[in-house]
Amino acid sequence: MERIREKLSILADAAKYDVSCSSSGSKRKNTDKGIGDASNGICHTYTEDGRCVSLLKILLTNYCIYDCAFCVSRSSNDIKRAAFTVDEVVELTMNFYRRNYIEGLFLSSGIFKNADYTMERLLKIVKKLRTEERYNGYIHLKTIPGASEELINEAGLYVDRMSINLEMPTEEGLKKVAPEKSHEAVKRPLGIVQNKIQQFREERKLIKHVPRFVPAGQSTQMVIGATPENDMQIMHTASAYYKNFSLKRVYYSGYIPIRTDDVLPVVQPPLMREHRLYQTDWLLRFYGFNVHELLNEKHPDLDMQVDPKLMWALRNMHCFPVDINTADFQSLLRVPGIGRQSVQKILEARKFGRLRIDQLRKLGIAYNRAQYFIVCADTPVGLGSLQEHQVRSRILSLGKSKYAPAFSTQLSLF
Amino acid sequence: MIYLFDKSFEGLLSAVFDRFEYRHDVSRLLPADQAQQVLFEETHTVYSSSAKSERVWKGIQAKADAAWQRIIYCAFLSELTEVHHTLFMVLVRLFAGQVNLKNFGDATVLLLSQTAKKVEREKHRMKAFIRFEKSEDGMYFARIAPDFNVIPLIITFFKNRYADQPWIIYDQKRLYGVLYDTDQVHHIRKLPEDLSDHMLPDKPVQMDEDETLYATLWRDYFKSTNIEARKNPKLHRQHVPKRYWHLLTEKKIIWE
Ligand code: SF4
Repeated sequence: MERIREKLSILADAAKYDVSCSSSGSKRKNTDKGIGDASNGICHTYTEDGRCVSLLKILLTNYCIYDCAFCVSRSSNDIKRAAFTVDEVVELTMNFYRRNYIEGLFLSSGIFKNADYTMERLLKIVKKLRTEERYNGYIHLKTIPGASEELINEAGLYVDRMSINLEMPTEEGLKKVAPEKSHEAVKRPLGIVQNKIQQFREERKLIKHVPRFVPAGQSTQMVIGATPENDMQIMHTASAYYKNFSLKRVYYSGYIPIRTDDVLPVVQPPLMREHRLYQTDWLLRFYGFNVHELLNEKHPDLDMQVDPKLMWALRNMHCFPVDINTADFQSLLRVPGIGRQSVQKILEARKFGRLRIDQLRKLGIAYNRAQYFIVCADTPVGLGSLQEHQVRSRILSLGKSKYAPAFSTQLSLF
Repeated sequence: MIYLFDKSFEGLLSAVFDRFEYRHDVSRLLPADQAQQVLFEETHTVYSSSAKSERVWKGIQAKADAAWQRIIYCAFLSELTEVHHTLFMVLVRLFAGQVNLKNFGDATVLLLSQTAKKVEREKHRMKAFIRFEKSEDGMYFARIAPDFNVIPLIITFFKNRYADQPWIIYDQKRLYGVLYDTDQVHHIRKLPEDLSDHMLPDKPVQMDEDETLYATLWRDYFKSTNIEARKNPKLHRQHVPKRYWHLLTEKKIIWE
């Protein structure tokens, strides 16, 4: 028992810097009374830093032949090493899953011996789970850079999501910290899997029983703050990868300098910046914003004081106020304080009469924030004519953004 | 007139039936066990009947879309007296053609949809927070104590997911549960004393020999996923409210 506890502690610890914990987007059903399904995306618990725990996130091993400067597992780092056997990973996954601790497995690995040797073992694990254990829970597999196309293709038949990390937002940044790596080497497997997904989809249209191939799609991750890229570079890279490889998600991970001495206090990762990047990512994917509207040569960085939607609105006061009772879907969606669901509710509710301020509040709109950008049936005249800086200071004084309390302890340090 | 009912869904729908049958002018729907609150007004005790409630439910199906049928049922599961009363009133107005369920500007409609949302949220939480313990005979056993009566909403989910293992989910607040025997789901009422909560910490059932191992590994794992530099207890409690901690393997105090 002590040995397996130690292994788990080493190999979970080394895996936790991968931030993806998404377990949604797959439609895998439980067939023939096997165990599990992967269509729900549940967070089973939350870490003490408030992140969702949905998957058992572990490395097969933290031995690695490479020496990437940002990574805990780099070969030059003096840390304890361990490796699971194939069966240990399978049993751990099954026993956690059956107790409803997790939605599934997030498996990655340091590169042991060489890429294919490692990839073969990862493949054995996912294959055993699906075929012998009849496990239908979620599997996210991080591909090993440099693994052969055959191994990647076979693994694709068993997993729900595949990912491979860009690590740094630009090629130059990556070269600095990991000379052996390149964005080109990431594009190759992303391209292979993207083509296969497409091919299986086509075949599915013709023949019903074509197996699924990486049904939850691909994702990638960038480390933020380790290299000097600005927010524009980061988001333009993200946007390009979303487009070129039909990625499901891009993750941003605030860099935490990994120290070997523990004399110095823990260094705060750039949490607010990371948060603003996620908000921007969200606006690109669900709010119809184009990356150039938010970040461009004139505004290369995000505003840390206000969220990017409010930032855009303040820069574009000429687009406001919009009339709650007549504006179309897209214009309502751009109002700070009104989310997607609220837009739906407004569109429904205004069929029954012109909406007033108190009704808007009841619908769950952040009216205190939205008031500067809208007119309702009973809006007093004059509110709409404030200047950008007036609106900004009023909103800021009004109270923290929804997320500010969560960061207050950190921000007060500066 | 005040209506008294037995707090069942059947009872609530039967109350709507009676209201149209007898053309009473009903001011309030109350659970029968709160009858002592009524001092001067006349009361009518609703007898729950499946014949009556089925007719009313058919009527609801004709007048409300699937989403609203779900809202009605979820709001009922809140078990809140005020919400049951509102539900009754809205249903009466629905049959009288005096309410539009799409009008969220209507406070009663809004109350029902917001209550249903709370119930759905707890249902979602239960899907996440239920923790099975494996006993010696291979049974996976989970205790819950939710604010609302959410078991009816999670049965299908667990049946589909854990189709090849027998399990019990037991609500120790409401003293009932469901048992899945890998074929069918059975309702179980009030477990024998020795399985209920106050017998802890002496584990009543013999646990599987690996139970402690995996519970320990899970607690280890939970601890190790934490990144100290990002610690944020407030956010943590927002996601995992304290009232659920005592039944979470990774949060509860261990009796050792
Ligand atoms: S190859 Fe992967 S595991 Fe190895 S040092 Fe680089 S990032 Fe870390």
